Amino acid sequence: MRIPILKLHNYLLISIQVEMDDNTAIQFQEDLLDKIHQTGASGVVIDLTSVEIIDSFIAKVLGDVVKMSDLMGAKVVLTGIQPAVAVTLIDLGIHLQDVPTALNLEQGLIKLRQELGE
Amino acid sequence: MTMDLQSCVTIEKEWDIVKARQLGREVAQKAGFGTVDQARIATAISELARNIYLYTDGGKLCFEIIDNVEQKGISMLSVDNGPGIEDISQVMEDGYSTSGGLGAGLPGVKRLVDQFDIQSEKGKGTEIRAVKWVR
Repeated sequence: MRIPILKLHNYLLISIQVEMDDNTAIQFQEDLLDKIHQTGASGVVIDLTSVEIIDSFIAKVLGDVVKMSDLMGAKVVLTGIQPAVAVTLIDLGIHLQDVPTALNLEQGLIKLRQELGE
Repeated sequence: MTMDLQSCVTIEKEWDIVKARQLGREVAQKAGFGTVDQARIATAISELARNIYLYTDGGKLCFEIIDNVEQKGISMLSVDNGPGIEDISQVMEDGYSTSGGLGAGLPGVKRLVDQFDIQSEKGKGTEIRAVKWVR
């Protein structure tokens, strides 16, 4: 299973709409870094509106991909984290510190522009 | 106390983690849990199933609805034939991990549920029973 990555100007947009197993998550991590490299994108929005569960593994993959992209020079914003997912993450003890987030895709793009100083 | 039939998922492949949490969520929905608790239950199951997948040669997760006079809930039982856990207090510490993960697994599961019991024997395996009650 592959998660589609769309390019819009110098941004990459991803909406995760599949039930993510570990392999899909790892594959996505690699695909996104490749795509940043290929396109020279400066910003990425990963929308999690349709994601019903984030466990410690998926959280680690997401947190890592934000840091990895940052190393390459691209800023990532996570958007649309559901209330139930937010509650569960904090119960699990996962705070995703230093990970930029926004309420929805629109706010995410605004945040990206601010972060990139555009 | 009356109980529904138990439903179990055998954990052998990585995809079984997803199967287990999907089935768990279904059972939780049937038991009458709200969305937030359904997510808590599915996440707890995901963590338990991943532990079986990562650290043992196989095991299973079983769910059943508990329905008695005073309360309703879901029981999640994780059984494996793995190497057992030598120091349970160590794996219950936040941040302890041997797999390079976040170390949120078991202490995280304990926070997601209302009752949590773990029994482990070296060389024989581990049994974890977690219960969440409908509020």
